[in-house]
Amino acid sequence: MAIKREIEKVLDKAGSISEQAEVFSLSYWNEPVDFEANRLKTVEDRESEGLALRIIKDGRIGFSSTNILDQLDGVVDNALETSPFGPVATLQFPSATRFNNVDTYDPTVETQTVDEMVHLGQSLIDDLRRHEPELLCDAGVGRNVVEISIANSNGLYASYKQSSFYVSVGATLVNGTDMFFLGGSKSSCNPILNIDELVASVLFQLENGRNISKPASGNMSVVFTPRGVAAALLSPLMAGFNGKSIIKGSSPLVGMLGEKLVDARFSLWDEPLTPMIPGSRMFDDEGVPSRRMPLIDQGTISNFLYDLQTAGQAGEESTGNAHRGINSLPSPGVSVSVISSGDTSFYDMVADIEDGIIVESLLGAGQSNILSGDFSANVLLGYRIENGKIAGRLKNTVINGNVYSALNNISAIGNDGEWIGGSLYAPSIYCNDVSVATRG
Amino acid sequence: MNSNLRDIISDALSSNQAQYVEIRFDQFEATHIRYRDRDLEEVNRTTSGGGCVRALDGGGWGFVSFNRLDDLGNKVKAAIRNARLVGGDPIELAPVEPVVDCVKSNAKKDPSKISLNDKKRLLDEYAGEIWSVPGITTSTVGYGDSHLNRVFASSEGTYIEQEKLDISMRLSAVARDGGDVQQSGVSLGSAGDFSEIENLHSQASFVARRALELLKAGPAKSGEYTVVLDPVLAGVFIHEAFGHLSEADHVYQDDRIKEIMLLGKRFADNQLNVVDGAAVPNLRGSYAYDDEGVPSTRSYLLKEGVLVGRLHSRETAAKMGEQLTGNARSIGPQFPPIVRMTNTFIENGNSSPEELIADVKDGIYVCNWYGGMTSMEQFTFSAGEAWVIKNGQIKELLRPVLLSGNLFTTLQSLDGIGNDLDMNQGGGCGKGGQIPLAVSNGSPHIRIQRCLISGN
Repeated sequence: MAIKREIEKVLDKAGSISEQAEVFSLSYWNEPVDFEANRLKTVEDRESEGLALRIIKDGRIGFSSTNILDQLDGVVDNALETSPFGPVATLQFPSATRFNNVDTYDPTVETQTVDEMVHLGQSLIDDLRRHEPELLCDAGVGRNVVEISIANSNGLYASYKQSSFYVSVGATLVNGTDMFFLGGSKSSCNPILNIDELVASVLFQLENGRNISKPASGNMSVVFTPRGVAAALLSPLMAGFNGKSIIKGSSPLVGMLGEKLVDARFSLWDEPLTPMIPGSRMFDDEGVPSRRMPLIDQGTISNFLYDLQTAGQAGEESTGNAHRGINSLPSPGVSVSVISSGDTSFYDMVADIEDGIIVESLLGAGQSNILSGDFSANVLLGYRIENGKIAGRLKNTVINGNVYSALNNISAIGNDGEWIGGSLYAPSIYCNDVSVATRG
Repeated sequence: MNSNLRDIISDALSSNQAQYVEIRFDQFEATHIRYRDRDLEEVNRTTSGGGCVRALDGGGWGFVSFNRLDDLGNKVKAAIRNARLVGGDPIELAPVEPVVDCVKSNAKKDPSKISLNDKKRLLDEYAGEIWSVPGITTSTVGYGDSHLNRVFASSEGTYIEQEKLDISMRLSAVARDGGDVQQSGVSLGSAGDFSEIENLHSQASFVARRALELLKAGPAKSGEYTVVLDPVLAGVFIHEAFGHLSEADHVYQDDRIKEIMLLGKRFADNQLNVVDGAAVPNLRGSYAYDDEGVPSTRSYLLKEGVLVGRLHSRETAAKMGEQLTGNARSIGPQFPPIVRMTNTFIENGNSSPEELIADVKDGIYVCNWYGGMTSMEQFTFSAGEAWVIKNGQIKELLRPVLLSGNLFTTLQSLDGIGNDLDMNQGGGCGKGGQIPLAVSNGSPHIRIQRCLISGN
């Protein structure tokens, strides 16, 4: 590994001037091919590597980062300059340990040819346009290889490699001043060879969304599809589990460990040891082993998410949930969210609803007060349900609610769980009494 | 000017046979400081360097990005090879006069000359102001400054070095009552003048009081309202509602959108004038040359309610046969330049803010912002606070709301423009994975009829 020498050099120097030192490095190679307006437009090749240094000196944390690997003295000097101002350390860097192996690297991602990637993207566009020649498609096929290494002055040196491959498409169908946006994506640690499911999902949107529905207003039943769960519910739900918000008291879940939060049919785990899923990893970004961890177990709060520093402040153990980039200190977060599936089919949910909506994607989600669990957004893609049937695409429509209330008012959970974006497995969720409004 | 770097780049560009090649190289230094409550939670010094080559040949674009400058000649070859893999109809670029220039920042108080100690002292004071308000649960004070030297060179003979300074600042406070959590915040920024963020003490205590007041405020009921927007939120509105569809890359390859966005078409009544331009000086979106080496401009997008211009890169201007505006921007060497806004604002109208409110019988006054997004036709933007307007008077505070609109109806429902234009520099724009890009937005107070509001 090219960067190992640099890591050791920085660690040696930093270790000699501080009580503890840690080097985190990330290098990546990314090759996307991009299609615009139905044709191939750009072939790119991106490479980057960098490292971050964290030191503990006189009990305080100093921090710096760089990607200029031939001027490494500056990174130690900068960390030293910041440490007198830094936060008081409540952590001990972990020593060497054994990790549960989880496979996240497939070498065939690197041996795919650009021609094969171009062919995949073009056939995706062609398949969609065979059904609707007026579709204007932007698409991307890309592959990444990321290598993460962590070394610290307590003897840890660990690294892993991860591959990922993605296909995505966004299509527009303009009719007068109506713009209909369709799309989807798929990602995996393995090369994606089959796009049938992706095509089928976009065609579902096309067939059900061609006509604009009647306005929907009032409190009504809502089916969040797996993509809709990702768009509307996941981030307001997870915000309250962040150890940082717990220790600062800004989470509404403070002091509620072991208490019932939502409907008993709802469970959510962090599953970072799921093989060949891009969000998986054998250790977190501080070198703490990953583990499977229930967050909501049959409606009850089981765990909060901690990294080393927040765990130290809370008097807890790190849960192995540190996430970071090169330029920031670690922060707790979920790695791979898995929501338990139910036993109801998507169409049975729709058939059960006399007057309601389906939510696929949102515009402006996360721009409301998510700390409180609130969601509020424009429905970018969603459908009206009338008398148990899908009755056209919603337009100029907003929804709002609170994720805890919504998940306490579940009618059914789908048996249609799927992977969304490489770090979430979710089924459809059918909730009652969500506020909806349309500009008439 | 860095003559060594210039020689390396000239050598790499000298022998290529492609239609067009450009090289960018960034040297970047940044400091970030974040307080959680009264305690410093994170302080970081970052240095980075990196470059990219973009080549146009045989009807396609090739792009290569890297950390290290060595072996630049082969990186040029790789970018050209990538371009040739694409193939297709030729792509033309609008002509631009080659230029050799070196542009220095003229910021009055350069943050890189201020010690970490002095920065910390100021932020300590802000954290102290927030905590002087009893009852707060938690707070953050976030500060960042950066210094960028960007070199741009093209096979057409252009060589430009530009220095860019940037400062961003956010103050926020959270108050909790049982399961109810409310927050209030303010974001500011500057094109590198530290003095612009030195006197925020009253804003710090304001966000703390506002977070507490929001706990007692009631929610707005979702539905259609007459709304009056303050200059900060109206700036976000024009950025989302209109700015993004003025970016020619959303238009130039789509015949149907071209029809909708025809120059000369009326979008609003004749009091509305909208401008974008990096040539408007001393703002976060200001610069001398864009990332294709095109000089910046100040361009009308809407004049008296009629579409008169849009924002271009060299490729989109050539394809549409329109004037270059200098709006191709990239956030860093990992990305090719794309069409972006710079400083976008609504020009002053004739009404005082009081007059806009005085006519409203039942409505909502919305201020400050959480964020905004657009899908071109539909857009959302969210207010940090909202107030009931009853018979021309501002009454009680409401919880934050999300506003949602439609390009083709909302602009036509804009029926009042104030005379108190103010620019907000706290925003960062995201597009095509490139986020946050320093921009500024501005507006006077404006009034919109029948705006869809989602309460909470």
